[in-house]
Amino acid sequence: MEEKKKNIEKIKELKEPLTTKDFFKLSSMPRGIYDFTDYNTFAALESVGASATRIFDLDRLLAKDKMREKDGFPRKIRLGKLVKPSSDGKNKIIVVPTASEEKFYHQNNDPRMGEGPSTGGSGEEGEGEVIGEEPLREGEGEGQGAGQGKGGEHSMGTDSYDIGKVLTEQFELPNIKDKGKKTSLTKYTYDLTDKNRGHGQILDKKATLKRLVSTNLSLGYINAKDRIDTSKMILSPGDRMFKILSKEKDYESQAIVFFVRDYSGSMHGKPTEAVVTQHVYINSWLVYQYNRQVISRFILHDTEAVEVPDFYTYYNKNVAGGTEVTAAYKLVNKIIEEENLASQYNIYVFHGTDGDDWDNEGVNTMAQLKILLQHTNRMGITVAENTYSRRGESTMERYLKKSGILDNEREKLHFDSFRADEADESRLIKSIKELIS
Amino acid sequence: MQLINQHTKKIMEGCKERALDAGLKFDKETLEYIVTNTDMLELSPKNMIPTLYDYWLQDIQVLRGKGEYEVFPHNPYETVINTRPAISFYNDNNPDWLNVMIFYHVIAHIDFFQNNKFFERTWEYDFKEKALTEKRIMAKLRAKYGREADYAMEFSRGIDNLVGYFDDVNNTEQGDLFALSDRADYYFNKFLPEVKKTGQKDFLKIIEKFNQETESKDGEKKYFKELEKIHPEFEDLFRKYKAGKEKTKNNDLMQFIAQESKKLNDPKNVWIKTVMGIVRDTSLYFSPQIRTKTMNEGWASYWHEKLFMNDDRIHGHEVAFARINAKVTSISKVGLNPYAIGWRLFMFIEEMQNKGKMSYKFKRIQDFELRKAFDSKSGNGRDFIFNVRENYCDFTFLNSFINQDFVDKYNLMVVGQRINQQKNVKEYYVKSRKAADYKHMILESLYHPPSIKFEVGDNGELILQHVFEGKELYRDFISNTLTGIEFLWGEKVILHTREVDWEKMQRKYQEIARKDNINPADIEPVYEKIRYTVKDKKIVREKIGT
Repeated sequence: MEEKKKNIEKIKELKEPLTTKDFFKLSSMPRGIYDFTDYNTFAALESVGASATRIFDLDRLLAKDKMREKDGFPRKIRLGKLVKPSSDGKNKIIVVPTASEEKFYHQNNDPRMGEGPSTGGSGEEGEGEVIGEEPLREGEGEGQGAGQGKGGEHSMGTDSYDIGKVLTEQFELPNIKDKGKKTSLTKYTYDLTDKNRGHGQILDKKATLKRLVSTNLSLGYINAKDRIDTSKMILSPGDRMFKILSKEKDYESQAIVFFVRDYSGSMHGKPTEAVVTQHVYINSWLVYQYNRQVISRFILHDTEAVEVPDFYTYYNKNVAGGTEVTAAYKLVNKIIEEENLASQYNIYVFHGTDGDDWDNEGVNTMAQLKILLQHTNRMGITVAENTYSRRGESTMERYLKKSGILDNEREKLHFDSFRADEADESRLIKSIKELIS
Repeated sequence: MQLINQHTKKIMEGCKERALDAGLKFDKETLEYIVTNTDMLELSPKNMIPTLYDYWLQDIQVLRGKGEYEVFPHNPYETVINTRPAISFYNDNNPDWLNVMIFYHVIAHIDFFQNNKFFERTWEYDFKEKALTEKRIMAKLRAKYGREADYAMEFSRGIDNLVGYFDDVNNTEQGDLFALSDRADYYFNKFLPEVKKTGQKDFLKIIEKFNQETESKDGEKKYFKELEKIHPEFEDLFRKYKAGKEKTKNNDLMQFIAQESKKLNDPKNVWIKTVMGIVRDTSLYFSPQIRTKTMNEGWASYWHEKLFMNDDRIHGHEVAFARINAKVTSISKVGLNPYAIGWRLFMFIEEMQNKGKMSYKFKRIQDFELRKAFDSKSGNGRDFIFNVRENYCDFTFLNSFINQDFVDKYNLMVVGQRINQQKNVKEYYVKSRKAADYKHMILESLYHPPSIKFEVGDNGELILQHVFEGKELYRDFISNTLTGIEFLWGEKVILHTREVDWEKMQRKYQEIARKDNINPADIEPVYEKIRYTVKDKKIVREKIGT
């Protein structure tokens, strides 16, 4: 039975043809005829580029784009990201605006399963021979070396702030209104931790007594053999110990975000695309809201859950297994508990999945979810449905709705589902609004 | 942007002399400019035409280009545009010997632009001047109509790949030199054989009579006037046939909308037609370029190599040249490099012709050894490829000349991609070494916009019929394109097409998942009929059976 289920998972995984849209894969695609131009083919020598002569104004373009909405047309500008690979593994991401010009084009991918588009080549190998292979996702298996990438920023780095700004201002994502959370970032704790002799706010009786004894011992007023006569003892002004209030700066981050992603076989293709893009945006938005004071943690799960060190791995990792949501929630709970995060942080959890869960009735998942909700400020669950599943009838959506938890915990738990293939940028933004409103 | 200096210009002129001697034909006047990489980034959304109209999405492309440049710095050498005079752009930091090579490449492109028949329509005017005028018109319209002008531009561009380029090329004066008039065409090809069921003997007699009588001026007119007495029904049938044919013949959706749209014919909207005209002309201007990509680059690579090696000015730089040339023209292990394929194919057919292997005689020989040894010493290969550069486009070029000898000679193959589930990797493998497969693969990868037929429905709606050629339309783009067409048409727009039925496919896959011996890749895709309707910017997608 399990074997069969796995087979089906695999089939689902391969159902969607390879998309050429995203840059991660684009860089490794074989080039076709129209990818070659004189313009880029003759690039072989090293030279220094000239400086910019014209300044374009992204804000103006975005304002223009916004007007489209008013006129009843969908927005056109999307935020694309480019990855600048670097040898130390900390890939730099550059955010660029992109826009596609829609026309009628042929879909050139072969819809048949498992077979990508054919291209040309040359070599000595015989028919049927494999001449090369690449991981289904670039960077597969990266970040497995222990300690790698620790201390380094995860790859969304400083650009997140800029994306977050654009998202908040241009796409009108809400600002976090909560009481002064933004200002309490640099947290000062006033504590009576320092001690001072002679004067201060509160007398530290125990410490004062110790000093008193030692002074009187040295003066000979206390003799070990005799009974201690406290009336004869003297108190020097310097003996009085006080606790004083001291101002301690606390640079601790205020928010911790758990990004949880289903990376099972069925997620391959568009669902992953949708979930990850959404998580990039949410992360950016939070980074902006908390003025960069955000810690992000990344959890992947199929039937088991693992924590991965950086966004890059989070984005790229893929397996072909089944799905059990409970494993992921359990891991998040464990981390929160063990590291005692609940007392120090605003905790956010965002979970992206295609709605599959082998836990059909969601019994275990609901149990873990309830524990999780005790800790979190906000939890957002996104279901990016596969094309073949019925709209709004994924396992998760079904049991969540049935349990009534979405209404009971409306304060903390938000839910949204959409079809992965319809998840363009505007849909994702709408979904984010729903999750964080 | 500045002109190249006198020293470099002198090198260019030297290159031109040598190229003319070698038989290339092109206008004497050319302009060469030095540009920075940033200039190039800003030119590329305008297809390198500095005077092309402005459009806000170009700005986005430039911003994006700059981001990309930051990640992947590169240094373009040259680019050339098909204007009068032809203009080419260069980096300012090329050494002289490299300039020689690049100039030859550019000159061969210019020769191609100015001699290949598919560019015929671009010979009549200087595009950059026309574009400048259009740029000013657009600026004026934008000032007057604001955002509406940008929408008109956007949605015109949304259908600028449906412009009937081949009809346009075919309409030139020399185009149909031997073709019959429509009337005669109907008379001989439909009326006589199908309506009258004329026998062969009579048919030949009629042809002879027709030829005799139409030798004089207005002869054809007289002939058909006479015919009316014998077959009074002819004119009527002809007109009906013609009306029916017009309906299916027209491929130019853009022109059709501009002519027939009620919205656009309203005096207050007529200006939108101007925008459409600008976009359409621009699209037609670039059409031959994209349809001769492989040939054009192959031709330029052929000549830069030939002419460079024979140039007495650059002795001592052969090694450096070889390095650059190899980078440009080496055949990719995986991928299609038009420089490499085009160049080799030109060399291949030149050699074939030199040995007389283009002849019928050679084609009849089956024996491998005999084929190999065949050489009739005809030696006119150079003339032959000049003829090819004049009369072929990518499709005819690749379709006519790729054969097993070519594929074998350069070890070409079709590379397939498949997913290996055990290893969780994508594999590239040798799918085929047969010339037929290779040809099929390369022809499939050529630029080929969808064919969309159209008619007006009873209630004024525009009905588009996608002629299904085994590939569905790219779904993500359908809704915006249709919204755009509705904007131009002003009324309801319907699109009939076919799309993969994933539900059925899924069921099929689940069935075979229980059996081991069937490869899922062998399962033919199932398509279903889909109707898209757009009205007031709202799109409805319906399944209407298989």
